[in-house]
Amino acid sequence: MSENAKDEAVASPAPSDGARREGVRGDGGILLKVTGLQKHFPIKKGLLQRQVGAVHAVDGIDFEVRAGETLGVVGESGCGKSTMGRLITRLLEPTGGTIEFEGKDITHLGVSGMRPLRRDVQMIFQDPYSSLNPRHTIGTIVGAPFRLQGVEPEGGIKKEVQRLLSVVGLNPEHYNRYPHEFSGGQRQRIGIARALALNPKLVVADEPVSALDVSIQAQVVNLLDDLQEELGLTYVIIAHDLSVVRHVSDRIAVMYLGKIVELADRDQLYKAPMHPYTKALLSAVPIPDPSRKAAKSERILLKGDVPSPISPPSGCRFHTRCWKATEICRTTEPPLKELRPGQRVACHHPENFEDQAPQDTVLLSAAKEAAELVPEEELAESAKTSAAVAAEVEAAGQAPAADTAAAPVQESGRKSGQEPGGKSTDG
Amino acid sequence: MTELSKTQAAVGEPTATSPAPTAFLEVRDLKVHFPTDDGLVKSVDGLSFQLERGKTLGIVGESGSGKSVTSLGIMGLHTAGQYGKRKAQISGEIWLDGTELLSADPDHVRKLRGREMAMIFQDPLSALHPYYTIGQQIVEAYRIHHDVDKKTARRRAVEMLDRVGIPQPDKRVDNYPHEFSGGMRQRAMIAMSLVNNPELLIADEPTTALDVTVQAQILDLIRDLQKEFGSAVIVITHDLGVVAELADDILVMYGGRCVERGPAEKVFYEPRHPYTWGLLGSMPRLDRDQQERLIPVKGSPPSLINVPSGCAFNPRCPYADVPKDDVTRTVRPELAEVGSRHWAACHMTKEQRERIWTEEIAPKL
Repeated sequence: MSENAKDEAVASPAPSDGARREGVRGDGGILLKVTGLQKHFPIKKGLLQRQVGAVHAVDGIDFEVRAGETLGVVGESGCGKSTMGRLITRLLEPTGGTIEFEGKDITHLGVSGMRPLRRDVQMIFQDPYSSLNPRHTIGTIVGAPFRLQGVEPEGGIKKEVQRLLSVVGLNPEHYNRYPHEFSGGQRQRIGIARALALNPKLVVADEPVSALDVSIQAQVVNLLDDLQEELGLTYVIIAHDLSVVRHVSDRIAVMYLGKIVELADRDQLYKAPMHPYTKALLSAVPIPDPSRKAAKSERILLKGDVPSPISPPSGCRFHTRCWKATEICRTTEPPLKELRPGQRVACHHPENFEDQAPQDTVLLSAAKEAAELVPEEELAESAKTSAAVAAEVEAAGQAPAADTAAAPVQESGRKSGQEPGGKSTDG
Repeated sequence: MTELSKTQAAVGEPTATSPAPTAFLEVRDLKVHFPTDDGLVKSVDGLSFQLERGKTLGIVGESGSGKSVTSLGIMGLHTAGQYGKRKAQISGEIWLDGTELLSADPDHVRKLRGREMAMIFQDPLSALHPYYTIGQQIVEAYRIHHDVDKKTARRRAVEMLDRVGIPQPDKRVDNYPHEFSGGMRQRAMIAMSLVNNPELLIADEPTTALDVTVQAQILDLIRDLQKEFGSAVIVITHDLGVVAELADDILVMYGGRCVERGPAEKVFYEPRHPYTWGLLGSMPRLDRDQQERLIPVKGSPPSLINVPSGCAFNPRCPYADVPKDDVTRTVRPELAEVGSRHWAACHMTKEQRERIWTEEIAPKL
């Protein structure tokens, strides 16, 4: 992680609330702040179990979660989103970086140190079948947090558990039943009831609806919504389904190979994604509208597969599949910086914005191949919008912004004297 | 789609019982029941549809609605497997290119399987054999149906791997499944199922196990290959987005029966069954402005042992009381034509359905 990005994150505590919608959730203070968080899983080999490498599951991410908001985290399998969820709930020990919860550093707290905090941070798991002990009744499962924390709720544990069951839409009479007697959707409600038992401040939900059928999925999404409104919860929702994430989130972080590539307010992210990966991800979602069948050309297909997190690519991790990649992308890692209020992006050549490295215009050969899979109109449009935004920015006299934007380029021995402009179309 | 191709497209009149099918694939009143200790599981209970060459039928439904059982039934894979000591009970007719499969000699069906009809499974890691290389598996599939030497078959395998977009196919052909990524395994599966140029391809949740960017690649591949090979394709999925991308016709299943079917445009723009409305309403959509709330279907899918009497959807249907005399709870609705080549199984009258759709459902979607 470059120092640059760390400074950026520290220097900008929720700077841009002006751009947010009215009456939006999450205008409270910062509840959770993550800086330079890393998790490397060692790979051991041989008789002596010497470490021969590491899986860079999470490799330096910065973000903060504001009280009362929902932060959505999206990415493909293997991008480190679940590991991130387990790190911020401290189910895993981070390799580096810091996690602050309500201003308190919890990065390396032990089991006993974390115990009081477990009341405030709870987790909802993906698989409602394996996250409930089959030999315990629902009463025991949902009542466990009270027993573990030594909390005696008013009116006794049983009464409180039954109240929780009715809050999540289950019949309180189910108290003595076992998990196998419930359907998938009902089990997920049980998991939610357990997570809510101690009135947590932060709930981390890892793929809360992906194991459920569509009609049930909607029930659970609405339930999460209602509970947030009633109880003032803060959510971090990890999911791979972009339409579900858009529905539930206020802000969204897009992860790729252990890094956050874009972190933005929901509407901005979906209307004008700035990272090419975000754009490709959004365009890949099948739209349930048969009239678009012919409009196949809108889609940006990515070349090949996600590289291995054991030896991630140098520079920008997306450069091996990006259609805009140039030399600087291969050599210099782009910092996650706020290019537009409420939209942070890690890219040298962002979409819908002026180019961050305008001097560097020669596409890598891999990028030329990748560009063949990108529809012509998309390329033309992205060149146009980038130019338009650049002109706009200059006209508005925001020269300082442009200066800092160009800074990483100057550090990085860029090639000079190349033809300006038209970079993204000369594939 | 032109008017001409529409008239000869995939879905036809469902109630015909004359034994002279004109369609390439015709399924009539298919029933697949499994006897269990708890009772008879009616996984598929009277399903009929037709499909032409070069067309794609999308079967949509939730888990346990009988989608996969239908596809295994067409492939003839139920009679082969035994469930405990009891076999599946299958009745009805499946006509493939003029041959009735359920009454046919199992040896004959085995010859058709893989050659005339092939299947892409959901999870390529469990569908591929871990002990054999990708090449060996494709070669085997080819040599069973073609009397060629190993070299020719291997050349054919490399050619197919190349066709489905696997880089360096001449090297990759000797890899084992675990050396492939998820997307590549699914490509290898597709190569294997297409190696004999089958005329019917059944894809059972072909992209469910894949990431969205890989899913986009695979959907494009299936579409291109269909154009090239002219096969009839059945896509089974729970994802309405995937069906919308691929299917010419859509069949919505609920509780082992078809509740609505028709051309994709009709089912998406003028759905006529409350369950289809429910599916559309419970889905967050990227192509629309943000909905305030999703409109879920209340309750959960029915048990296939005790399917509710009358319309199977009645306990979850918000409009169950619209038809008179409690008919939804006592009489099972049959598929009735609600538009050109568009059928729905619902007791509500045409006017009632149209009114509810235009006034109550459509504005909220």
